[in-house]
Amino acid sequence: MSNRISALICVAVLVCACGGNGGPPETTGLSGSISVFAAASLTESAKALGTSFQAAHPGATVQLNFAGSPTLVTQIEQGASADLFASADTTNMNKLQADGFTVGTPRVFAHNTLEIVVAAGNPKGISGLADLAKPGVIYITAAATVPAGKYALQILASAGVKATPRSLETDVKSVVSKIELGEADAGIVYVTDVKAAGSKVTGVPIPDSVNVIATYPMVAVKRTKNSSLGNAFISYVLSPDGQAILQSFGFLPAS
Amino acid sequence: MRRERVPVAVAVLAAIGAAFFILPLLGLIVRSPWGDAVKALTAPETVEALKLSLAASLSATAIALILGVPLAWVFARVEFRGRNLLRALTTLPMVLPPVVGGIALLLAFGRRGLVGSWLDSTFGITLPFTTVGVVMAETFVAMPFLIITVEAGLRSMDRRYEEAARTLGARRWTVFTRVTLPLIGPSLFAGAVLCWARALGEFGATITFAGNFPGVTQTMPLAVYLLLESNQEASYILSLVLLVISLGVLVTLRHRWLGSA
Repeated sequence: MSNRISALICVAVLVCACGGNGGPPETTGLSGSISVFAAASLTESAKALGTSFQAAHPGATVQLNFAGSPTLVTQIEQGASADLFASADTTNMNKLQADGFTVGTPRVFAHNTLEIVVAAGNPKGISGLADLAKPGVIYITAAATVPAGKYALQILASAGVKATPRSLETDVKSVVSKIELGEADAGIVYVTDVKAAGSKVTGVPIPDSVNVIATYPMVAVKRTKNSSLGNAFISYVLSPDGQAILQSFGFLPAS
Repeated sequence: MRRERVPVAVAVLAAIGAAFFILPLLGLIVRSPWGDAVKALTAPETVEALKLSLAASLSATAIALILGVPLAWVFARVEFRGRNLLRALTTLPMVLPPVVGGIALLLAFGRRGLVGSWLDSTFGITLPFTTVGVVMAETFVAMPFLIITVEAGLRSMDRRYEEAARTLGARRWTVFTRVTLPLIGPSLFAGAVLCWARALGEFGATITFAGNFPGVTQTMPLAVYLLLESNQEASYILSLVLLVISLGVLVTLRHRWLGSA
């Protein structure tokens, strides 16, 4: 399979070379693979983006690694071979940038808001943030190092609700899965997570006055070995096609 | 003992093999901020995690002794259909990914689990997100180490002492407590220490089944994992603490098991 691809690439290169200097080459030289380290909340949408990007650029492979944004920062700083980093907040992005692991300026590619996630059909009748502090309601959140956990703290603080979480999960997707499993009653997660979980959970809106608008920036990692493919992927995510895919998963536009 | 000449190829491969284990430990030791060690170790979160880890792992070991020694005895002494299958099932967590163990525990003892839903509806007891949940996760993963060690001890002991005691009129319980237990003492000790060390290091089943909250379910390994994201130097120090404990366990067991070889 990969032999055939490299043979095709060789042919393509030869064809371009024979084409001489006149006019732009037929292929943009977009081949090889990049690995994108993406925040857990991007799990479904980044997979879709990767698939359609690969369809548009045969010969290019997008590998995805998902975890909480701070875990990704740690992995990259400890030498994981990442080409792009997509964070669920600017704090983790700024950290990676300040530590000198990025190249170029991070580009904001999406926004997101948060919602209360409860079991399907809302059996505990949770109607708003105040219910999270009720006795008998098991509230969980992501740890404060994870963007979703930090946003949850901000939202509760501006709503003046003192809810004590029973668990601080390592990423936002574990919060959703504990709700799906029925171990916890409520959590604060992204609108997109509730949408991605489909009929297994129900979302309870958080008023705009206290809600947070999460900013998702993406940047090339300094040690990237395929910056042309990486930059092409960033451009694709920012293109109308890429933005349409993100919005189909419930994200808000980049600008 | 006769000294054997080591073939070069063997020596090289063995050295690479040894380096593979030693280098990561060296990495931890070299990169740890020794100046901040005291500060990291006395930080309230660390003390809390350490206390919880000790309490939970010792409880898990106690439960493993109470339930695991009888199981080991049954495996060693009673012939019955399906014994091998049952033994395999009770030692499965040794090879099972701990996360899978955690999921299995949720499906059995979670709020909607086979037993958990009944516990919740009848007694209002829920186990996830509690310290009891931590102890259960640790017991699940660590007890097999005790079972196989004690079973091996029971199988290799000289049963004539038990028979002699019986012929002299001792009751079965007396034989067990006064003859059998002392005879398998070393295995019992080794099994308990191995079990405790495994419980102390438990991560996957704990975070899956019991979640993560400081003072309630955040044990040392969980604290190390989360500190790696917020305070890496502190996580190195805590890792070293766990490493020293594990090393201590192994050195102790060497002496007990093999004498000083």
